[in-house]
Amino acid sequence: MAQLFHRGANHVAKASMVAVVVLGGLVFFAYTQIARSSYLTNRYLERPQPVQFSHKHHVGDDGIDCRYCHTSVETAASAGMPPTQTCMNCHNQLWADSPYLEPVQSSFRENTPILWERVHDLPEFAYFNHSIHVAKGVGCSTCHGQIDNMPAVYQENTLQMEWCLSCHRNPEAFIRPKSEIYNMDWKDGNLTAEQRTELGKEYKLRSRELLTSCSTCHR
Amino acid sequence: MQDVNDIVRKINPPMVEGDHDYGTVTDKISDITLKKRTPFGWFIGFGISFMVAQLLLFTTLYLVTNGVGIWANNQPVGWAFPIINFVWWIGIGHAGTLISAILLLLNQKWRTSINRFAEAMTLFAVACAGLFPILHTGRPWLAYWLLPYPNTMGMWPQFRSPLMWDVFAVSTYATVSLLFWYVGLIPDIATLRDRAKNKWFKYAYGLLSWGWRGSARHWHRYEIAYLLLAGLSTPLVLSVHSIVSLDFSVAQLPGWHATIFPPYFVAGAIFAGFAMVLILTIPLRVWYNMKDLITDTHLIYMGKVMLATGLIVCYGYAMEAFFAWYSAAEYEVFMMYNRMFEGPYWWSYWLLILCNGISIQFLWFKRFRESPFWLFIISIVVSIGMWLERFVIIITSLQRDFLPSSWGMYSPTIFDWTMYIGTIGFFFALIFLFVRMLPVISIFEVRTLLPQAEVKRKGEEH
Repeated sequence: MAQLFHRGANHVAKASMVAVVVLGGLVFFAYTQIARSSYLTNRYLERPQPVQFSHKHHVGDDGIDCRYCHTSVETAASAGMPPTQTCMNCHNQLWADSPYLEPVQSSFRENTPILWERVHDLPEFAYFNHSIHVAKGVGCSTCHGQIDNMPAVYQENTLQMEWCLSCHRNPEAFIRPKSEIYNMDWKDGNLTAEQRTELGKEYKLRSRELLTSCSTCHR
Repeated sequence: MQDVNDIVRKINPPMVEGDHDYGTVTDKISDITLKKRTPFGWFIGFGISFMVAQLLLFTTLYLVTNGVGIWANNQPVGWAFPIINFVWWIGIGHAGTLISAILLLLNQKWRTSINRFAEAMTLFAVACAGLFPILHTGRPWLAYWLLPYPNTMGMWPQFRSPLMWDVFAVSTYATVSLLFWYVGLIPDIATLRDRAKNKWFKYAYGLLSWGWRGSARHWHRYEIAYLLLAGLSTPLVLSVHSIVSLDFSVAQLPGWHATIFPPYFVAGAIFAGFAMVLILTIPLRVWYNMKDLITDTHLIYMGKVMLATGLIVCYGYAMEAFFAWYSAAEYEVFMMYNRMFEGPYWWSYWLLILCNGISIQFLWFKRFRESPFWLFIISIVVSIGMWLERFVIIITSLQRDFLPSSWGMYSPTIFDWTMYIGTIGFFFALIFLFVRMLPVISIFEVRTLLPQAEVKRKGEEH
C-alpha cells in the first residue's frame, strides 16, 4: 500500500505544534499593540476645526491663561468652551477683517455657537470632573500635554482606563504645587519623592482604595 | 469445576459477550463508521435534534439583538434559568470524566466499552453548559473579559469571586476532557485510516491520527500520556462541581449558605451524569446491535452507581432540612418552610423528592436494575429531578430573601424555555454526528477485554 503522506509530513506535524504556540504568542502580542494603538484610541490625531484656531499662537506666543477661555475648569466637571463673545473681546479689534476669522464673525453676527470638534471624548459611563483634579494638584499638561505647542489640538494620551488608573493608583507621582497647575513647561522631575509625599498630604489625597474604587469613576 | 466457573462468572462477569475475537470486534465497531449505510433512523434522529437546535440559534440571535430582558431574570430572582441550565449541563458531564479517569485508575474493566461516548457526552455537555454563562452576559462578544489578560483597562478580574473560579474550573475541565478524549481516540482513528476506502476519509483520519503506526514506542508513550491525563482528570471530577457549588454557598443567602454544598453537588453531578449515560447507551446498543459489547452487566453497574450517588444526594436533602432546623436561625427555618410547605413553589420541592428520592428506590430491586426499559425510564426521571433540584435551590432561595419588601415571583418566559430546549437539541445533534463519524466504542481497549488478551503461562490453554 502506498504511503498516505509524504515523509516530510512528520516534520510538518512537529513544526505545527511549535507553530501553534509561536503564532498564538504573536497574535497576542499584536493584540497588545493594536489595542493601545492610535488607530483605536485616536491618540495624536489632529482634528480639523471650523476655525483655524491655534493654541500654539494664543497660549504659546501670546501667553493667554487657560482659564481665560476654559473658565469653569476650577469649579465644574467641564472645563467649559468659550462663547464667541470671548473671542470677540480681542478680535473685534485684532484681525477683525481677516478671512480666517469669518466663521467667528458670522457666529457672532448670527448668534449661533461655533461647532467645535471634541478632541478628548470620554465614554459616557466614565464620570470625570475637571475641578477636583485641578483642586488636587493635577496640572493641565499632565493629561493634555503641551497645549502651547499644538497648532491644532490632539489627544496626548490614550484616555484608556489603564492610563487613568496609572495615576489613581499612585497620584503622588503626578501632582504639582497649586501655583504650577497652568504651567505648560512643568516637569514631573521638578519635585523630589519626599516633596511629593509632603504635597500629597497637603492636598489631603484620598486613599488608594477610594481612588480606585469602581464607583469613583463609574457612578 | 462447572460450579466454580459459574461463581467466577458471577463475580467477574465477562465484559464482552458472544463469540468475538480481535478481528470481529474491530470489524463491528469500525463498520458503523466506515461500511454500513447510514441507518434511516439516524437521519430522523439527527434531523429532529438539528431542528430543535435551531431554537438555540434563534434565541441567541434574538438575545443579542434585544438583550437579556427577553428572559424573566429580574429582581429578586436575578439568577434563574441560565444558571440552572449551566449547573445541570455541567453536572451531566461529570459521569464521563468519572468513567474515564477514576474507573481507569481503579482498574475497573467495565469502563472500557462505555468510556468513549461517555467522554464525548462530557465534552458536548460542557459545550452546552458554557453557552449559558457566556450568553447571559448579554454581550457574548466580550466574554474574553472573564479571562485574566493584560488589558487596556489595567484591571484583573475579581479573583475573590467564585464566579471567577468557575471560569478557571470549567475551562480547565473542557480542555482536559477534550485532550483525554482525543488522545484516547488516536489509535482508533488510525485503525479507521487503515480501513477507509475513500481517499478523503483516509486523509482526514490520517491527519487526525498524527502518524500513529502502533509501534511499541508509540504504545509506550501513549500509555504514559493516557495515565497522566487520567491523573489530571481525577481531581477535576471533584473540583469542578465543588467550585460550581461555591457560586451559591459563598453567598449569604439562606438555602445557599451551607457547608454541605460541594460534596452534595458532586454526588448530584455524577448521579445526573450516569442517568444521561444510560439515556444514551440504552437506545444506542439496541439501534447498533451492540448488546454483546455494552452488556446488561454494564447497565446494572451503572444502575448501582446511580443508586449510590442518588442516596448521597438524598442525604444532602435531609441535611439541608436538618441544618435549617438545627441552626435555629429564623431565616434558615423560614426558607425551609417556604421551600417545602408554604411557598408558592412547594410543588417543585416535592416533585424533586419524587424524581430523585423515590424513583431510585426501585434500583434496590434486581428486576428494575436488570431491565433496560426501567433503567431508561428512571434515568429520564432522574434527569428531570436533577434539573428540578437546581430550580428549587436557586428560585425558592432567591424569591423570598431577607426583606419581605423585595420578595417576588419568577416565571420563565418562552425564550427561557427555547434556550434550554435548544441546547438539548444541540447536544443530541452533536451526539448523532459523533456516532456517525468516530468509533463510538474504544476498539483497541475492548480487544484487551477478550479472553485471548489474557497472558497465559506456557502450555496453559487459551
